[in-house]
Amino acid sequence: MSETVLDISAVSKRFGPVIANENVSLSLQRGEVIALLGENGAGKTTLMSILFGHYTADSGHVTVMGRLLPPGRPRAAIRAGIGMVHQHFSLAPNLSVLENVMTGTESLWRPWSDKARGRAKLLALSVKFGLKVDPDARLGDLSVGERQRVEILKALYNDAKILVLDEPTAVLTNIEAEQMFATLKDMARQGLSIIFISHKLDEVISTADRVIVLRGGRVVAERRAMETTKAELAGLMVGREVTRPQREAATPGAVVLQARSVTLREGGVERLKAVDFHLRAGEVLGIIGVSGNGQAALARVLGGQAEPSDGQITLFGQDFTGKDVRGVVAAGIGRIPEDRNHDGVISEMTIWENAILERLPDYTRRGLVDRKAGMDFAARIIEKFDVRGGTPSSRIGRLSGGNVQKLILGRNLIAHPKILIAAQPARGLDEGAVAAVHERILEARRAGTAVLLISEDLDEVMALADRIQAIVGGRLSPPVRPEAADARQLGLMMAGEWAMESQEADHAV
Amino acid sequence: MRFERREQVSPILALVTPLIAVAVALLLAGVLIALAGAPVFEAYGRILTGAFGSRLAATETLARAAPLILTGLAAAVAFRARLWNIGAEGQLYLGAIAAAAASALLFGNLPGLIQIPLLFVIGAVAGMILLLIPLWLRLKFQVDEVVTTLLLNFVALLFVSMLIDTVLKDPMAFGWPQSLPVSPEAELPKIIPRSRLHIGLGVAVVLAFVVYFIQTRTAFGLQSRAAGLNPSGAAFAGVPLGRTLVLVAMMSGGLAGLAGAVEVMGVTSYVTTELSPGYGYSGIVVAMLAGLSPLGVVLAALFTATMFVGADAMSRSMGVPSYIADVTVALSLLSMLVAIFFTQYRIRK
Amino acid sequence: MSDIIDILTSAGLWAAVLRIATPLILGTLGALLCERAGVLNLGIEGVMTFGAMIGWFAVWNGADLWTGLLIAALSGMLFGLLHSGLTVTLGLSQHVSGLGVTLFASSFSYYLFRLLVPVEGTPPKIIPFQPIRIPGLADLPFLGEVFTQTAPTWVAIGLALLLAFVLFRTPLGLAIRMTGENPHAAEAQGINPMLVRYGAVIFGSALMAMGGAFLTLSAFDSFIPTMVQGRGWICIALVVFASWRPGRALAGALLFAFFDAFQLRLQNVIGGVVPYQIFLMAPFLLSILALVVMARRTRVPQALMQPYRRGER
Repeated sequence: MSETVLDISAVSKRFGPVIANENVSLSLQRGEVIALLGENGAGKTTLMSILFGHYTADSGHVTVMGRLLPPGRPRAAIRAGIGMVHQHFSLAPNLSVLENVMTGTESLWRPWSDKARGRAKLLALSVKFGLKVDPDARLGDLSVGERQRVEILKALYNDAKILVLDEPTAVLTNIEAEQMFATLKDMARQGLSIIFISHKLDEVISTADRVIVLRGGRVVAERRAMETTKAELAGLMVGREVTRPQREAATPGAVVLQARSVTLREGGVERLKAVDFHLRAGEVLGIIGVSGNGQAALARVLGGQAEPSDGQITLFGQDFTGKDVRGVVAAGIGRIPEDRNHDGVISEMTIWENAILERLPDYTRRGLVDRKAGMDFAARIIEKFDVRGGTPSSRIGRLSGGNVQKLILGRNLIAHPKILIAAQPARGLDEGAVAAVHERILEARRAGTAVLLISEDLDEVMALADRIQAIVGGRLSPPVRPEAADARQLGLMMAGEWAMESQEADHAV
Repeated sequence: MRFERREQVSPILALVTPLIAVAVALLLAGVLIALAGAPVFEAYGRILTGAFGSRLAATETLARAAPLILTGLAAAVAFRARLWNIGAEGQLYLGAIAAAAASALLFGNLPGLIQIPLLFVIGAVAGMILLLIPLWLRLKFQVDEVVTTLLLNFVALLFVSMLIDTVLKDPMAFGWPQSLPVSPEAELPKIIPRSRLHIGLGVAVVLAFVVYFIQTRTAFGLQSRAAGLNPSGAAFAGVPLGRTLVLVAMMSGGLAGLAGAVEVMGVTSYVTTELSPGYGYSGIVVAMLAGLSPLGVVLAALFTATMFVGADAMSRSMGVPSYIADVTVALSLLSMLVAIFFTQYRIRK
Repeated sequence: MSDIIDILTSAGLWAAVLRIATPLILGTLGALLCERAGVLNLGIEGVMTFGAMIGWFAVWNGADLWTGLLIAALSGMLFGLLHSGLTVTLGLSQHVSGLGVTLFASSFSYYLFRLLVPVEGTPPKIIPFQPIRIPGLADLPFLGEVFTQTAPTWVAIGLALLLAFVLFRTPLGLAIRMTGENPHAAEAQGINPMLVRYGAVIFGSALMAMGGAFLTLSAFDSFIPTMVQGRGWICIALVVFASWRPGRALAGALLFAFFDAFQLRLQNVIGGVVPYQIFLMAPFLLSILALVVMARRTRVPQALMQPYRRGER
């Protein structure tokens, strides 16, 4: 006996010339879990923002439990029983868990807050759904997994009947993700209805009852999860056959970079703890791990932005510890930053300025910038790396994410670096761009570049890396070969359990 | 109602923006003039004739523009690198007192050709030092420089007041607290004889071009722009943020200090606590009106000087308090802010 | 040395501490309220000046003292509306906009003052708030003199306690703090962060203007341009010193006023030897020191100085 709790009907939304949603309809039954599958930019998040009142649809409407939802009012959505779990959590690190949950739940003009009642309700929910939290902990002191629990509890506290989760596993290990999906299924059994947004095919098939595929702002397909396959969904999501390139077998060359018990302490925190690894010419070393476990510190130490507190880095046998960014770039180390829009480029500056900024000394004559040479350099990158959407003198902020990444790859690879440090190189790109980025990385590998690939995407690492190490709490696991590891084992590594594997690993490498 | 970022800012819009802002400010000031019971258009006319109506008036206006160009450049240089130097007023006073002291006590006998450039440098260095303190506090302790530079303005003025009350007091000034005068050799030559218009104006205009060149053509200019627009991106690209900010602070503080030296050597020849009618603060307005462009600063300074000189004359003859100039300048800053916003955003229903 | 002990044990010193602290308490509370909602309000110096002028003018024109204080507060609200319009609706730089408000509010107060009040040899005076003798308490030795203060001082202390209660004990306070920490989260919970910021800046500016009005309506009896003398900037420093907590703001203002009152008396003792300017510098140097000491120890509201636009992250 099914009962429709949510009905989105013919919703359209444009941002200027860009179509975000066009004529999107979907309905959700009580106790059902549906997955909204699509690439970045397919319109999933926009649709959910409309549902939640962050945006107002240009046309179409939403009904919840048979009642029309007034558009553009988050408060109304909350009252109608919609709870949103954002990808970037909507939480304040300086406030306590209870304060985060209670914000906006009482009338603002109440003379005082009934914290006792709030605490009791929070604890009751926490017990009912098995989501353990300490109401008085400062939110900023919690782990990412715990914060997600708070975010879910916050929705439940508002008496949500429909839970919307935006990319809920983006920040979890695959083991944490399994637990979370188990919790979600349990919630559905207790009568909640759930929509989760994802682009990961595995979790979509294993968790959802129904899958709705969005592409270019339209619903292109709807399948029962039991009756579809990963291959079919991938094709529907991308709209054409895109195969990610796969590394071919190769014999790595000599060791080019060696890190020996490198430690990084910053403000009393040990971000890296006695890290050991080496890179060989013509191979890709994959570093997997849940974000926030020291990846950024590792990239900064190798990229010359932080000096190790302890330990040594050698490059071709020469001591290389503590070089600054310019020294690193001059030594032939290319760097792809994790956050390309924030660190990789300065969006208000032109393409050519962004192209030369990290090698500015090469383009400076007696203190003056050699514009012509800089423009030529940028033009070469644009041509060779197929950067579309701008000329050397246009603002880089006007390029799409994929093209920005091509420019960043280009400025690094055009000079044939000896080493490439690539942090999350394909994050947030659509499938076509991902394939292009992977092809470039493999091309560099064939040309003898040693690549350090820092990634949270296991598929990416499995496809590209010759060896894999996990980073957890600033420590590196011993390396394993991708052929010798399955997702389960990598998951255990990312959870910090590698003591048992280490012996095998010694044989493997 | 929502605002949407414009894809591209048209250059014409960027050019007329300050004009619109000034027009709005004058319109609002007109309301205040009417409030004082004076005929508005006549008052505007008097402001113009007061500022340019005679040779004396015009030279006075141009002389006033000199320190405003320099403090305007000081603010523009710093703001472009997101260094919030609100301390130009204090830096100006330190520059002035340093130049006066150096001339009166140390180098008074040197010929002008040597002494004048030397005093310029001394004044600039004094300004730099005062800005390097808050910059150091920011780099070392993450203390917001807005508040510290503001607070140091008061410290600097009191420091100058103390000096001209004690060790640098002019014994010939009948007990008035004023500093020893600069030596006659150090007085800036006039561009037009028997006026107040001195070569300081030329120095200021040349420096505006120099700053423009540095910002657009040199590696340092590129790096400081990058550091201002996106510090973490600049750091990733290897821009030495600390060193860049130190150099920016030296330029900014130096320009403000120079403004003080120029004022004392070109106009007053001694320092009092009334040396500057808020040139340091007006410099912020000048820089914003100029859209932080060094060449625009020259024009914006000229407008501000016109308001000050013209409003003085107007107020004497029409009974409108001369503070109308300060109000208009402040209003043009506010309307400029709004105008800048609308060059970057458009309204959607 | 014995001079210093004499100063410290005189009731006059401690009475002066409360008096000097009052405008600082009000200004700091105002700035604190704005910043808790995520808006830095550098309009404070100008708003205090305008409050001092308009409050005084109202009373000089025949209004009673409380009406003068109220008018000052209302004028502060208008400037708060201006600052929030620029920073909240338009999302402009809070630094520059605040300075613009200060430049405008102070020059506008001088202009109006010149326009409305005839120029005389000595500035015209009003009869300011008189100290209240609290029956019983006032007759105690020492304490009696210390606690014989004008009504606005008690109002300021009461407001500090009230603000502490509102911020930490009420749903409204939680909404304000959430807006200052993460306006997107506030919106996700159905709170309109723009409205919260408007409210905080408007009421915060009212407190600032009352702080200014205290100078002309209680501490002194006439308006003199530049009489605010950087007190606004000191309040901004005190907010950091107080870690954005009203109780600590009260304590910080009192501590600060203590040093100020102490240096004023010290001036009488050793003023002949040390130039008076050194003493006048002390509060500013002390503010800088307070900033340095606290800069790394406190948790700044995470969204301070970040404009909020719906849908933009």
